[in-house]
Amino acid sequence: MSTTDLGAATSVAAPSAGLGPAVATTGLTKRFPGGQVAVNGIDLHVPTGAVYGFLGPNGSGKTTTIRMLLGLVAPTGGSVALLGEPMPRAASSVLPRVGALVEGPAFHPYLSGHDNLRRADDADRSTDPHTAEARIAAALERVGLSAAAGKRYRAYSLGMRQRLGLAVALLRPRELMVLDEPTNGLDPQGTREVRHLVRDLAADGTTVVVSSHLLSEVEQMCTHVGVMSAGQLVAQGPLEQVRGASTTRVQVDAADAAVAARVLTGMGLSAVAPTPTGVVADLGDAVPEEVLAALVAAGAGVRQYVLHRPTLEDLFVTLTGEGFDVER
Amino acid sequence: MSSAEAGSVVRDRAHHASVGRRRPRGRFLRSELRLVLTRRRNLALLAVLAAGPVLIGIAVKVSAPDASHGEGPPFLTSITQNGLFLAFTSMVVALPVFLPLAVAVVSGESVAGEASLGTLRYLLTTPVDRTRLLVVKYVSIVLYGALATAVVAAMGVLTGAALFPVGDVTLLSGTTVPFAEGLLRTLLVAGYVAAALAAVAAVGLLVSTLTEVPLAAMCATVVVVVVLEILDQVPQLDFLDAWLLPHDWLAFGDLLRDPIALDGVGHGLLVQGGYVLVFLALAWARMTSKDVTS
Repeated sequence: MSTTDLGAATSVAAPSAGLGPAVATTGLTKRFPGGQVAVNGIDLHVPTGAVYGFLGPNGSGKTTTIRMLLGLVAPTGGSVALLGEPMPRAASSVLPRVGALVEGPAFHPYLSGHDNLRRADDADRSTDPHTAEARIAAALERVGLSAAAGKRYRAYSLGMRQRLGLAVALLRPRELMVLDEPTNGLDPQGTREVRHLVRDLAADGTTVVVSSHLLSEVEQMCTHVGVMSAGQLVAQGPLEQVRGASTTRVQVDAADAAVAARVLTGMGLSAVAPTPTGVVADLGDAVPEEVLAALVAAGAGVRQYVLHRPTLEDLFVTLTGEGFDVER
Repeated sequence: MSSAEAGSVVRDRAHHASVGRRRPRGRFLRSELRLVLTRRRNLALLAVLAAGPVLIGIAVKVSAPDASHGEGPPFLTSITQNGLFLAFTSMVVALPVFLPLAVAVVSGESVAGEASLGTLRYLLTTPVDRTRLLVVKYVSIVLYGALATAVVAAMGVLTGAALFPVGDVTLLSGTTVPFAEGLLRTLLVAGYVAAALAAVAAVGLLVSTLTEVPLAAMCATVVVVVVLEILDQVPQLDFLDAWLLPHDWLAFGDLLRDPIALDGVGHGLLVQGGYVLVFLALAWARMTSKDVTS
């Protein structure tokens, strides 16, 4: 079962075989003047066509990494290649193909949503001013802001601001989208729409890097994940692979816990431990159906049989620690 | 957010449009100017500057200063004889503080304002090349300074013409020239003042790249100008005078002589050009090397 899962995961990455990665960093490091190392030698690898969930607790170095990818912050070590070209040297040719939402939207408060988009487009040398109005209207339409286009940005709600930020990224076709917390401040409908938007983009062949704290959301939309902790990339790869099918736990509530434990151990399951109502164990490579059949055959008196697949959240907590403590 | 077709239509259109058709240049500069000139605060500053000549004109008209005392700004007594001198007087009054203040406000806002709003990171990832961003910002500040000067000069001429007699102009050297020539001299003076403000703009632009707080940048720029003016007044520091930015500002009186004396004005332009070069170079060095974490 686990092998099929991995197979499916690799097939997701397969279309990228012919192309280089959309984002690749080697030993990327940022040491701020104070001596604090925000990012410590990370090797990001985002395959072309992937939806890459970039995870990590606050202060783990995600945003600094994203800023280095986009040329806002100069790395103190290592290198960045975006869409196959070195950053920040090739910024003028690469960045027009990259849409970005970095640390929340930012616009001129006294300009309307439409005028803010117009300004963003005017600053972009790669777009055609003759089509600006049509592209602005389409981008506003796509994020559901057409009705509020003439309103001043300062009157926008947090969700509307976030949408306007997305609209800028949609002003022209992009090959890569870097979305830092795109659902921040959005209501459930807005969150759903962003998820659809990301899916649409991915379906069009756009590579998407999404950083988010909402793990369930990342689980729903991402094909790949990378997890940052204390400036280091502690896990990276296709979602299924990172989540690791091998750590699925099996929970058996049984009348005779001792028999159940003996059966599980006998079938090669590890970490067998008693619970008030029965036993739990790591499923490992065992086939769950066969385990259940063996339990019933041995007369353990099975009352409940549950497979706990680890969620991304479990993994996240395992990798980055629990609690509110800021790491450094 | 639903229409996926909208996106692809746009994509096609953008693609077709990007092939072939020539694009007008200077889009970003125009956008920047629009931003500066639609900002209420900047318009209010222009209104205040426009009110200056009117107030001076009315004050002179009402109090009719006694020419024999020879006090006050040098052109004050000439105003009653020729309204055109109101334009010069206004510039003498506005140049030391009010005009640099207006330029400091716009220049302080330029980079620091974008940084404080967070729009700087989006401009840079658009991408706007950092050098190009500085050039556009600088040009827009200089143009705002020129506009502010033009407002003062124009209001001076208009108010002067409305309240006082106009006609042939008696220059400072005693020669009389026709009114049209007088207007031309006004234009020259305004050009010189605008050049002086271009140097202030360079100082303000550098300060603006050093902070994320626009108000701090504005204040710092004004303080720099005022300190230089004070140094210019300290007799013990006379040896510095030739290198102080405001030292030759009021030398524009030389443009009102016949023939035009170029010593003060020429030296002034040279020093201002030096300030522009040095401060723009520093601003560029700062801008192209700084980490944008705002």
